[in-house]
Amino acid sequence: MKYMREFREAGATKALAKSLAGAAERLEVVRLMEVCGTHTMSIARFGLRSFFPENVMLTSGPGCPVCVSPHAYIDTAVAYCRRPDTIVTTFGDMVRVPGSSSSLESEQAAGADVRVVLSTIDALRIAEENPEKEVVFLAIGFETTAPTIAAAVLEARDSGLPNFAALCGHKVMPPAMAALASDPEIRIDGYICPPHVSAIIGGDAYRFLADEYGTPCVIAGFEPFDVLQGVLWLLEMIADSKPEVRIQYSRVVSREGNQAALAILYEVFEAKDDEWRGIGPIPGSGLSFRKEFFDFDAERRWPVEVEPTCVPEGCICGEVLKGIASPRDCALFGTACTPESPVGACMVSSEGACAAAFKYEGANR
Amino acid sequence: MIGSGGEKILLAHGSGGKAMHELIESLLLPAFRNPKLEPLGDSARLELGGRELAFTTDSYVVDPLFFPGGDIGRLAVCGTINDLAVCGARPLALSCALILEEGLPMADLEKVVESMRSAADEAGVEIVTGDTKVLPHGKGDRLFVNTAGVGLLPEGRRWLPGTAEPGDVVLINGHVADHGAAVMAERERFALRAEIRSDVAPLNHLIEALLEAVPDVRCLKDPTRGGLASALNEIAAASAVSIVLDEEAIPVRGPVAALCELLGLDPLYFANEGKVLAAVPPRRADEALAALRSHPLGRYAAAIGEAKPFDRVPLSARTLLGSHRVVGMLTGDQLPRIC
Amino acid sequence: MCVAVPMKLTSLDGHNGVAETGGVKLSINTMLLPDAKPGDYVIVHAGFAIQHLDVEEAERTLELIRELAEHEGDKEDTESG
Repeated sequence: MKYMREFREAGATKALAKSLAGAAERLEVVRLMEVCGTHTMSIARFGLRSFFPENVMLTSGPGCPVCVSPHAYIDTAVAYCRRPDTIVTTFGDMVRVPGSSSSLESEQAAGADVRVVLSTIDALRIAEENPEKEVVFLAIGFETTAPTIAAAVLEARDSGLPNFAALCGHKVMPPAMAALASDPEIRIDGYICPPHVSAIIGGDAYRFLADEYGTPCVIAGFEPFDVLQGVLWLLEMIADSKPEVRIQYSRVVSREGNQAALAILYEVFEAKDDEWRGIGPIPGSGLSFRKEFFDFDAERRWPVEVEPTCVPEGCICGEVLKGIASPRDCALFGTACTPESPVGACMVSSEGACAAAFKYEGANR
Repeated sequence: MIGSGGEKILLAHGSGGKAMHELIESLLLPAFRNPKLEPLGDSARLELGGRELAFTTDSYVVDPLFFPGGDIGRLAVCGTINDLAVCGARPLALSCALILEEGLPMADLEKVVESMRSAADEAGVEIVTGDTKVLPHGKGDRLFVNTAGVGLLPEGRRWLPGTAEPGDVVLINGHVADHGAAVMAERERFALRAEIRSDVAPLNHLIEALLEAVPDVRCLKDPTRGGLASALNEIAAASAVSIVLDEEAIPVRGPVAALCELLGLDPLYFANEGKVLAAVPPRRADEALAALRSHPLGRYAAAIGEAKPFDRVPLSARTLLGSHRVVGMLTGDQLPRIC
Repeated sequence: MCVAVPMKLTSLDGHNGVAETGGVKLSINTMLLPDAKPGDYVIVHAGFAIQHLDVEEAERTLELIRELAEHEGDKEDTESG
């Protein structure tokens, strides 16, 4: 597998760990935040925390689209599961996320037609093959995924596909990162920016975080070498008090990003104020269909009645997502809330901070 | 609360991981409680006139019915033979019960039956009894197979699996995750092409060769549903040891590893249908490996880890970077992720 | 947040392509990367090519990794010697 395994080299990792220790010596406690679920997983999978110096704290922020999808989104998806002659298509990530009283998995067990797809294109194919049914696609994900749904919607429009629509739950990262950077409860000395969101939006999208908020940013890939080099560059910027945006993942990320993908994205969607599970409303942080594409907006095309939202007691997913609490601070962690019977999305998503902590570090408190 | 604590059976209850274990422990064991059932081994241990018999059963509900490297028929025969063999028993005879859905093409049934015949021949075991039922269209998922088997422990051979002890070396007879990856690739065949074949095979001859060479093998287990991770967690729990894997030593074929990267999955949780894990005393590890490697189904056998005194973490792995990660039990079937 | 993998684009017909890594071939769509052509390395996410992999940059990073690894190897030899 070219250009993947080579970045998992043990000797280089050790060398970087030493450089990290050296860079951290000049600093007090440093709080970094990563906002990418794949970073969370990679750090856990490769045990990268063991290479960080003691005074470098890394928290997992709200980088998991599943974790930040509000209960209402899941409840709406569940309503579509119960709707007659409807096929609900989804990425695998959503299947076990708990809503107010049910999940896609439970609905599937009760007989709903829920199908996991690898791409929105698969959902289009399912719609073509099942003309007598209506196919709803659960469109979640950040700026990496949203353009793929936009492209699929354009395909659907151009081919006149009559029975396909998407339930839009897309969110965009920079406004959320700004909200966290300006939250007095949270201290973020540096951001590890999401590599594949950045491949689309470009490094310059984070400039305002460095310029206006004084927060250094590194766009790091998620292979071990990338993460450690990214952290090293952050420590250097922090020590020098020179907040900038630096691109570590230079083999994929440019300053201007993928303009063609952005054009397609904003042809179909526009920004809106949106609600992030556990964080609350963030202006301009979500996407919704432009009116020319309302035919592909499931809620407008095929409205459904959704049960009233009910958030479980004791769940502190919001604080975990913001990085002010760690999974083990939650009274429900490992007891009422486990990967087999999750309460909050932080546990159900394989990228969620709680799931990662449980899987890789055990239930021990 | 949503999840396995609820009022409905979920798919997770059949996937071989935690939810299934909880169902067995909380419902089936109490209902049928008896000393022969309690060990919950791959086979039950029965005594008949001074000799020990192994008795086991398994049902096969795999979808798709046909996949590269095999089909439900081959799976049904090999699965039951392997469950007998990992106890140290020589398989004697199998039964085969078919539950067919009305409308199943005869050609499909013929293929499956032929696979069963050929797998049984490879193993040198006969199918001596069976049953056939047909469900109305829509009431069954094309074809279900149940096989049951009996085997006899050779005189003087210890019943396996025993328990692993600190210092034991953990061996496997070849590449992991082939079966699970083959089935997943087959399900995604619209978008995906991979040269991945299921490893489904009868292991009784391989295991005989191992046990002849190294009678003091301590523990055998076939890592089927739930993968290596679940099987090793079970061994660790039953033996009260901690097992540490060396990730780099675990053989995984290139395309299987690539498929896992693409779908965001972990090969340690994929099912294997032609693999056996063995825990052997350290001084016997080389001989055991040689015995495995001398057999076609053990050509790529490797030592992949060792047992240590229990330190709260039943199963962990040393990564290629030298760091460690905990390897937990499977929670529900692995689903492809994009995030 | 995104499972995205570098793959080599091996064939393209309009926007419908096939990309390969480690012996696995995947059907992908190149609408988001219209200048992608067979032979390119691309990053694939959710069945789409989302960005190019700059092979020169990748090789530069790998060269750094090799240097660090060698240097680390030398140091270990010295320390244990």
